[in-house]
Amino acid sequence: MAETATVSELHPLPRHILGMEGVPKSEIEVLLDLSESYIEQNRQDDKKSAILRGRTLINVFFENSTRTRTSFELAGKRLGADVINMSVSASAIKKGETLIDTAMTLNAMHPDVLTVRHAHSGAVQLLSEKVTCSVLNAGDGSHEHPTQALLDALTIRRRKKNLRGLVVSICGDILHSRVARSNIYLLNTMGAEVRLVAPKTLLPSSTEFFGVKIHHNMIDGIKDADIIMMLRLQTERMQGSFVPSTREYFRFFGLDRDKLRVAKPDALIMHPGPMNRGIEIDSELADDIHRSVIHEQVEMGVAVRMACLDIVTRNLSRNSNGAK
Amino acid sequence: MDDSSGHCTAYINARLIDPITNLDATGAVLVEGNKILEAGATLFRDGVPESVRAVDCQGYCLAPGLIDMRVHLPEPGGEHKESFESASAAAAAGGVTSMICLPDTDPPIDNVSMVEFIARRARETNVVKIYAYSAITRGREGSELTEFGILSEAGALAFTDGDRALADTLVMRRALSYAATFGLLIIQHPEEPKLAKHGQMNEGEMSTRLGLAGIPSAAEVILLERDLRLVEMTGARYHAAHLSTAAALDVIRAAKSRGLPVTCDTAPQYFSLNDSAVKDYRTFAKLSPPLRDESDRLAVVEGVRDGTIDVIASDHRPQDQDSKRLPFLQAEPGIVGLETLLALTLQLHHEQGIDLIDLLKRMTAAPAHLLDMKEGKLGAGLPADFIIFDPNKEWQIDAETLQSKSKNTPFDGHTVKGMAMCTIVGGRHVHSIID
Repeated sequence: MAETATVSELHPLPRHILGMEGVPKSEIEVLLDLSESYIEQNRQDDKKSAILRGRTLINVFFENSTRTRTSFELAGKRLGADVINMSVSASAIKKGETLIDTAMTLNAMHPDVLTVRHAHSGAVQLLSEKVTCSVLNAGDGSHEHPTQALLDALTIRRRKKNLRGLVVSICGDILHSRVARSNIYLLNTMGAEVRLVAPKTLLPSSTEFFGVKIHHNMIDGIKDADIIMMLRLQTERMQGSFVPSTREYFRFFGLDRDKLRVAKPDALIMHPGPMNRGIEIDSELADDIHRSVIHEQVEMGVAVRMACLDIVTRNLSRNSNGAK
Repeated sequence: MDDSSGHCTAYINARLIDPITNLDATGAVLVEGNKILEAGATLFRDGVPESVRAVDCQGYCLAPGLIDMRVHLPEPGGEHKESFESASAAAAAGGVTSMICLPDTDPPIDNVSMVEFIARRARETNVVKIYAYSAITRGREGSELTEFGILSEAGALAFTDGDRALADTLVMRRALSYAATFGLLIIQHPEEPKLAKHGQMNEGEMSTRLGLAGIPSAAEVILLERDLRLVEMTGARYHAAHLSTAAALDVIRAAKSRGLPVTCDTAPQYFSLNDSAVKDYRTFAKLSPPLRDESDRLAVVEGVRDGTIDVIASDHRPQDQDSKRLPFLQAEPGIVGLETLLALTLQLHHEQGIDLIDLLKRMTAAPAHLLDMKEGKLGAGLPADFIIFDPNKEWQIDAETLQSKSKNTPFDGHTVKGMAMCTIVGGRHVHSIID
């Protein structure tokens, strides 16, 4: 099979997927190609395969999540793995266990893959250094959310054929967004032209190294864009600390039909969810099936996570075969 | 409304002073309705046509109307101290054709409806032009940002917490960052509040003699230097209000030479008086920032001379008798200044030899540029807002005859040179003692 041939070209296969920074184009392409095959599987009546039969996947979520956790859970189950969900905020942490203790405890149960979400940047990497299984980053603080960037890339690629040369405007709370960081790295690697659109209070102070264009005026920022990625504005960031009010935010940085007019006529609207309707995006626009690919992103999410699980467990097999 | 079209009036035989073009020559101005049709040295050299009404300026100076960028207009909340009507009368008498109100009203100007209220009261009063700043933070409480974008669209010219310093460094950083997003101006009252706490006057010999708690001059430069670090980080436009110390002016001078987008103003009291005016516990000389010592006063004069000080504003702050006739500690700070701005500033011309046009610039083109106003210049198509004044007319300041509802001036009885003879706003004579 074509995709197997491509996968086999990857040396070494990644053991963990922690971020998109520094991930080469070839690896991204392999993951996207592999994801394509799982889209088909997910659309059939029988969605289940046996690639991960016997494998154990634990979703360790130190931060609440419904959609990402469900997406990983489905991905694991459709590949035939045993999946366990742990909501750690509700158990061990409250009893005072440290992150490393939790990692060691889980590791002792011989899982094959841990998918980890944590509110602190860098926590997932720290955990990955302490375990013998594979780790997928399901979002760490304001650092990275690699599977989100991959599913965004897959969604764009299916609609626009190629990422190279596309103008992608990422709008909103860049400062706190792990989605933005992962997307910037991936899109830069794939040759897209990335623009960041935000008030200065929601941008990191140093953005030069990203090699992207910065815009404080949304009209300039989304002019002739192919893709408009809206980010979620956390409620605690509104009310005067980073932006004065939701009303003002929507007026200047919310996406509505009026602003959208300056983008390319076939520009796509994306959002990692969950959306704040009327704050970063006009409700009607979010539901416009001709422009918004927000639900498609969710579908691609399962396929991308299946591909990630597939890749990292192939690596595990090779390692264990080699060791014994 | 009825001024927009129709009658033409020619102001002839005037010494035209237009700082923006560096014009200082005998000439004329032709006004049609509320706009200037033409202005220049060659206009009407061969006489005025019959159809045009002519006003003989008798060789007096004709300059753009003064823009007073720092006025406490305590309506709503302090109508007993000053109203739109009384402030407008004071402004007109002083040659001020536009004033910008600070947001320290009660309730404060921190939302769109307050900005619209000021605009409505200005329209109703309809004498001089009255604009508003918005507060930087809600309730001027120093923590949550106001809606800069929407407020700016509603007409707020810049953002300031008025006579309160924005002390929280993180909030100031965000305010500057957010303002830079829209290219808006932040105006600070630079005084480190913890250091100035309980202070009644400048800290020095006089405060020691009087036994009053002092505000060290360092309180000004400490907050200013912090702010300039933040300006450097954020790239925001920043304006330091009513500077009163040599140290602060040195810091501004250095910042400007580094190319930072920084400007400042002072008020006539800071180059006219020093802290000896507080002698005998004169509460009329209680100000915020306080009057400083003589070396600081001289530094302010130099700051005006060398251009470090961009703008001269009155810092008009009316206080009624009940707010001033009190023990020094309890008395409110501030002086009325709309009617004395021109004359006190012209003393720098008469006594210090600073060019008239340079002084006028600080009260016309400079504040207009800072606040992105079309006023402050004499030019075709611009609003017919100008003054005819006699720079040499000697008069005695008399607190009792001031138009302002409050009479709190430490300059009562002072003899000054320079008087507005006629104030024209949108083509209308709102004050005139010549025709």
